[in-house]
Parts: sequence; structure tokens; C-alpha cells
Amino acid sequence: MNIIVCIKRVPETTDADVFVDKSGKDIDKSGLVFDLNEWDSYAIEEAILLKEKLGGTVTVLSMGGEDSNESLRKCLAMGGDDAIRLTDPAFDGSDGFATAKVLAEAIRKIPFDLILTGTQAEDDGYAQVGVVLAELLGIPHAALVNRIEVQDKKLKVHRELEGGLEEVFEIDLPAVLTIQTGINEPRYVSIMGIRKVAKKEIKTFGTSDLNLKTEEVGFSGSHIRLEKVFLPPVGEGAQMLEGKPEDLALTVFNILKDKGGLT
Amino acid sequence: MKEIIVIAEHRRGELRDITWEMLSKGRQLAESMGADLGVAVLGKGVNPFADALKSKAKRVFVVDDERLEVYNSETYEKVLMQLITERKPSLILVGHTATGMDFAPSLSVRLKMPLATDCIGIDVNGEDLLLTRQLYGGKINASVSFLKQGPYMVSVRPGAFPVVEKETLPGEIVYIPSPLTDEGLAKRFIQYVEAAVGEVDITQADILVSIGRGIKDAENIPMVKEFADAIGGVLACSRPVVDKKWLPKGCQVGTSGKTVKPKVYIAIGISGAFQHVAGMKGAGTVIAINKDPKAPIFNAAQYGIVADLFKIVPVLKDKVKELRK
Repeated sequence: MNIIVCIKRVPETTDADVFVDKSGKDIDKSGLVFDLNEWDSYAIEEAILLKEKLGGTVTVLSMGGEDSNESLRKCLAMGGDDAIRLTDPAFDGSDGFATAKVLAEAIRKIPFDLILTGTQAEDDGYAQVGVVLAELLGIPHAALVNRIEVQDKKLKVHRELEGGLEEVFEIDLPAVLTIQTGINEPRYVSIMGIRKVAKKEIKTFGTSDLNLKTEEVGFSGSHIRLEKVFLPPVGEGAQMLEGKPEDLALTVFNILKDKGGLT
Repeated sequence: MKEIIVIAEHRRGELRDITWEMLSKGRQLAESMGADLGVAVLGKGVNPFADALKSKAKRVFVVDDERLEVYNSETYEKVLMQLITERKPSLILVGHTATGMDFAPSLSVRLKMPLATDCIGIDVNGEDLLLTRQLYGGKINASVSFLKQGPYMVSVRPGAFPVVEKETLPGEIVYIPSPLTDEGLAKRFIQYVEAAVGEVDITQADILVSIGRGIKDAENIPMVKEFADAIGGVLACSRPVVDKKWLPKGCQVGTSGKTVKPKVYIAIGISGAFQHVAGMKGAGTVIAINKDPKAPIFNAAQYGIVADLFKIVPVLKDKVKELRK
């Protein structure tokens, strides 16, 4: 089975202090560490597990600048066979729709049976690229997939719904699946592993290679425009408890007694 | 007359909360845009839904077909393509749910209609809409606008808009013939599967001690479990802990896990993504412990402690043990 995985390199903001930058349209990323988008790490792992079971190839695709090579190499070190970076100044400012257009044009050049993407990206959280991509390519899709079983020319997939419920579908190949976190346990990549793929060629494609006009991508090819970003309004918020750990413990104990019926 | 159409969401015989939330927001938008509010309900034997919905909209569009018994993006897209092409609404509201995330993006491409996903704010600005979305896991909000002229499609985050009771609307029920045929589908529903119930039912606990990504390693869980035991609480968690297989799915609080209503909920090392908060907002009192003073969890808590959980939890455990002697 030949699989294409679409990935993105994103800043890690879970534990970081986040500030709005001077443009007012993004955060200040200067002090942030970047890594492979969490959902995508499950998507690439799932592709490699399928390859290990069934043979075939895993091609990793990412739209982004040279920095994205780092995440592409991580995917190669995990077991990907080829990496392609889609890069062009014209791609800057692409929203989820424009990004999917670029990916679709690149994918038309590559033979495949299955495309995996993360369900969403940690940074912009659109949760739309994979499903838009499927429609642009005219193939079926399923979003939020947390289990895949391969059958002959079709897959049995589980979609994660709300409240612990799952929906099981049969889907014909080729197809696009957007992968939910928790579907597998992404393998660890050692520094040695990264070094081994450090010299591997990463192909690049721009608009001229992809049968795309510059106005179809980037800001002009997008559907939505980001006007400004701001820190979320703080609601009433919590009453912040301060003091020595022992005093805090006493306060917590009293809250538990008062509100939780602790004796 | 302009029209806003809400796509009703239902599963296993029940209309889902997001439907009422979208109708409530849709009503307000319809009033400020001078538009009619409609709601579309697709399914098999959905007359009871139509009756339940009719006081909330000017029109209820019903597509009743046995092929719509369960949700399938393929059938939904076919039916909605026809309905929307015919009605030409200026705005379509869809839930940013497991269902909406599966069909709205592809439907928007087919309709050549711009889509803004996961919106927590929708404001009318003259002829345009100004939307609010969240970036970076809820650490930043963004104002977003559409680049093209409408019509538009907006997917709405569950829980973002309150249900406000208003005087009833006439709710004319409009039956739309289904365009579906017995033609084969590329995607075929097989069944629903329920997640396994855990050993402990976290929905029944009075006190829940819940851990998140901040716990860093499975090895650190016993420390929190000891604290939970010391206060007679039950251990729960947020999604990353289950994704890493450190605790079973039955322990997960949030949209894709359990909805809990304990008397006291102690969130330890949980940043407070909306999917998690949605599952615990029914708690009586929430105490949040996080080292990041800007963590969104502090907005969902009554009491907050900014601290390193590895330093504070052992002290909490010892002190409570001492006080309960």
C-alpha cells in the first residue's frame, strides 16, 4: 500500500508563555520550540505501521519553508521513504482551503492508495485540510479516525465521536483519513536516527511545478483572512491562592471539607 | 428575504445540544441581518425532531429517507447540496463536532462556499461577518473575516453559545424530497461501538482528582493517586493521558470522554482545552493547579494555584493525611 502523509511543523505552545507580536496578527515565535504537529505524529506512525504490515511506501508531504525539513526528516527517521516540501513565497498566508489546494496539486503527481493527515493542527486548529483535500481529489474521506483495519481494496475505520462513542465505516480506497491522537503510540526517534537521514534528498515543488497560479494560493487563494489576534478575555477567573505549600494544603483541605463533604 | 439555515445534528434518536445552541445564535444573527431562520433536519422518521424544532425557526426543512437513518458524509453532502442550491441561504451554520468536522469542509468545496471552522464568536459587521476563532489550543483568540462575498458556511464550537429562550416562531414544516437513490456509496456505515467502561465510574464520584499533560510520565501517576486516595477522591484525566495509554479511556473527562459533575474537581497539570472544560463544567467547585498562570483552566476554576505539581502534590497529600488523622 502506497501512503501519503501530510504533515506540518508547528510551535510548541502548551507550556510556553504566549505573546502577540508587533504585527498584531500572530504570536511572537522567537522563543518557541518547534516540532511536528502532534496529530501528524500519529498519522505518520499509522502510515509506517501499515507499511510494515503490508509493504509499499510512505511519502511525507509538507508545505512550508526550509525549517520544515526538520519535521520531514523526523518522519523519514521514523520510517518514511520519501519527503517532499511544497514551498513558494506565493504560498505564504494560505488558509486551510488554500493549503489543501497546494497539497492536492502535489498529490496528483504521486501514485497512492491512501492519504493520512492529522485531524487538525495545534496552531491554527482548522480541522479542515484533510477533508477539503479529499473533495478536491474527488475521493472518499473519514475524519477523526482512531482505528484502521485493512481489507481488500477497502478499509474498516473507526471514527471517534463524542462521549466515548465510535462510528465504524467501511471505506473504498483510495481515500483520505484524518487521524485522531491516541490511535497508536508514535515511535521515539533518536538523534542517531535523525543523523541517518540527514543527507536524504528532500524534493521541493513550487507553484510552477504544480500547475497552480499564484493568485490561487496564499492570501489571494484563501477564503478567510485573519484580522488580528489577541489574548482571550479573562472571565471572572479563579481566586488565586498564594502562600507556602503547607498553607495552600490547609486551604485546599478546607475547600474539600466545605464543598466536597470531606471529613 | 435572506435566510440562515442551521443544519440540525442528531444521533441515536436524540437532537444534540449543538442544535439548540446554533438555533439560539442563529436567531440573534437572523434578527440583526434581517433574515429568516431555517433549520434542516436529515434522517429517517424525523417528524418528532421537526415538531421539537418548529418553535425555534421560521421554517423546518425535513428530508426523510431510510438511507439517512445514520449519518454518512456522502449522503449528507448529496442532500445538502440540493437543499442549499435550491434555498440559496446567505449563511449556513454547522456544528464543529465529530459530524460537522466530517462533512462541512467537503460540502463547502462542492458548494464553492467559504467555510470558517470552529468559531466561538459570530458578529454581523454591515454586510460582512466578523468571526472569532481560537489558535494555539485556546491561548490566543483571532478575529477572522471572509475574503469573498457570501454566502458563507460557519462551523460552531459546541458550548460556545448559550441557549437563550425567546418567544416561539411559526415553524412551517417544509418537506423536501430526498435526492438519494440506491446507488452504491464509497463509505458504508457498519455500526456504533461504545468505549469500554472503566473499573471505576468517574461520573459517580464526589471528588475527582484529574491529571493532564503536565504529569509528564506514567511513573508520576502513583503520586497523584495517593493524594486522591488521601481525600477519598477518584483519579481522572484529560485526553493526552489516555492518548499515551497511561490511564484507560474510562478515566477521560471531556467531549470525547465522560461528562462529570463531582462536588469538587481538582485539575492538576491540565491546561484547560475547551474539549476538556466541556466535560467538567458541571462540577460544583473546581480547583486548578498549573505552573502556567495563563493556562485557560484558571478561567474554568473557582480556585487557582500557580505551582509546580511535583512540588505541591506531595505536600498536599501529607498535609491532608495529617489533618484527617
